[in-house]
Amino acid sequence: MNTKVTIAGVEFQNPIMEASGTFGSGMEYSEFVDLNKLGAVVTKGVANVPWPGNPTPRITEVRSGMLNAIGLQNPGVEVFCERDLKFLEQYKNTKVVVNVCGHSAEEYIEVVERLADESRVDMLEINISCPNVKEGGIAFGQDPKAVEEITRLVKSRAKQPIVMKLSPNVTDIKVMAKAAEAGGADAISLINTLTGMKIDVERQNFVLANKTGGMSGPAVHPIAVRMVYECANAVSIPIIGMGGITTWEDAVEMMLAGATAVSVGTANFFNPTATLDILSGIEDYMVRKNIEDINSIIGIVK
Amino acid sequence: MKIKEKAVVLWQEKLAEGVYSLTLETSIVDHAIPGQFISIFSNDGSKLLPRPISICEINKDYGTLRVVYRVVGAGTEKFSHLKMGDKIEVMGPLGNGFPLEGRNAIVVGGGIGVPPMLELAKQLPGTVTAVMGYRNNDLFLTEEFEKVVANLFIATDDGSVGIRGTVVDAMRENDLVADVIYACGPKPMLRAVADFALENQIRCYVSMEERMACGVGACLGCVCKSKEVDDHSHVNNKRVCKDGPVFLSTEVVL
Repeated sequence: MNTKVTIAGVEFQNPIMEASGTFGSGMEYSEFVDLNKLGAVVTKGVANVPWPGNPTPRITEVRSGMLNAIGLQNPGVEVFCERDLKFLEQYKNTKVVVNVCGHSAEEYIEVVERLADESRVDMLEINISCPNVKEGGIAFGQDPKAVEEITRLVKSRAKQPIVMKLSPNVTDIKVMAKAAEAGGADAISLINTLTGMKIDVERQNFVLANKTGGMSGPAVHPIAVRMVYECANAVSIPIIGMGGITTWEDAVEMMLAGATAVSVGTANFFNPTATLDILSGIEDYMVRKNIEDINSIIGIVK
Repeated sequence: MKIKEKAVVLWQEKLAEGVYSLTLETSIVDHAIPGQFISIFSNDGSKLLPRPISICEINKDYGTLRVVYRVVGAGTEKFSHLKMGDKIEVMGPLGNGFPLEGRNAIVVGGGIGVPPMLELAKQLPGTVTAVMGYRNNDLFLTEEFEKVVANLFIATDDGSVGIRGTVVDAMRENDLVADVIYACGPKPMLRAVADFALENQIRCYVSMEERMACGVGACLGCVCKSKEVDDHSHVNNKRVCKDGPVFLSTEVVL
């Protein structure tokens, strides 16, 4: 049975990753999950300098989902390299995908160049879709010209393959996927969170200090499947699918829709072993369905 | 060591309006210390995130943990219907807990900040004075505190029991002195207790609260402001769930 998948020449032992921002750099979850069994650890977004993030409350629950407005708090790329990458050294079987964020093209480039010679970094995921920071982030992700330009610029400076992380908060995500492909992206990942809002009726005020937050969790899964399907039929570069994946069925669904690999996000919060539970569920499915190679199910639902 | 498992409900009772005491059989007890908390997960699949609830009592002999919580929303409302024999997913122990210090300690609890002080009061090595603040005469846990502390002072907002006013009013009125203060309660109370401690040059630990998602320090949802740049975050933020919930009152912005 083969569970290996390859994206831009990088071979992952299986298609299961966790979604950026839900797992830190794996340190906290390593008490629950053997990181060596994951396809990849996708790190929390890292910027050129430390970012303080948004005021609290940053988190609230909604029906079958949650809103977050962390605001990409991170310790900056120097600390990240010295501490987080060093920690990840010990997990030789798992690949490391570093999520990169910035307020401007220059800031993305600074991070990408700092990471260029870090041998532990297998791939870069460029976050052009965070709904919770005002400048940069989503500003790059909602205009196809900007998507293409930032992709081309990052690609020209990056030594590792780049994955552009797309926002669902657009009128047509296929347009953004094509723009990323035109800019030279090695792959795309989708979806980032959907912008939402929750109001406290007793206090008659916003629940989140940021007023809006990114919605994630099981409730968004069907939207993510639809968008992965649309993009898979619009571009020829590989897709990392994410959005509400909670069970192995959700992951298989995403792969049938066209994702080469999948990321598990919010599910980690209510099931710290969600990633490995999903992996073993997929393996059982492969046995039951006589599937020799996981690659044979990618995008077969047309 | 953190554990996630199904705990068995041994007992649940209502202590006051909206305040419930839940005793769980769980191996989390083996590693728990006062001031730590557990995440309790809902059996209702549409309620995803765990509810962080502080530990009120640790009974290693019986393998039980007791939590006392207030019903504040749909999640805790569901918990209040749990009955003997029910199973519920829990994770813990989480957070750092209180350091056990001092020959003369004051434990201060306000409202639903009262429960974590019970196990602390039991385990503190020195003489313990408890100061508890409530809204009105709908008290809870006071009889249990009487059994384990040297002195108990009560303050109520409406003056129906003890002194009318805040816990700090009770501390001033009774000229309380100590070499360490531990406090858990609403932020304005923590601020006032921290000021009192500073005036009297007493070391003070506060237990903070914030909305959480992961509970283990990964998601950065539950940060509080720190006075100095934090070693982990490299900004002025500390994670309540992992670096706390207990902080020195002088290291955080209250």
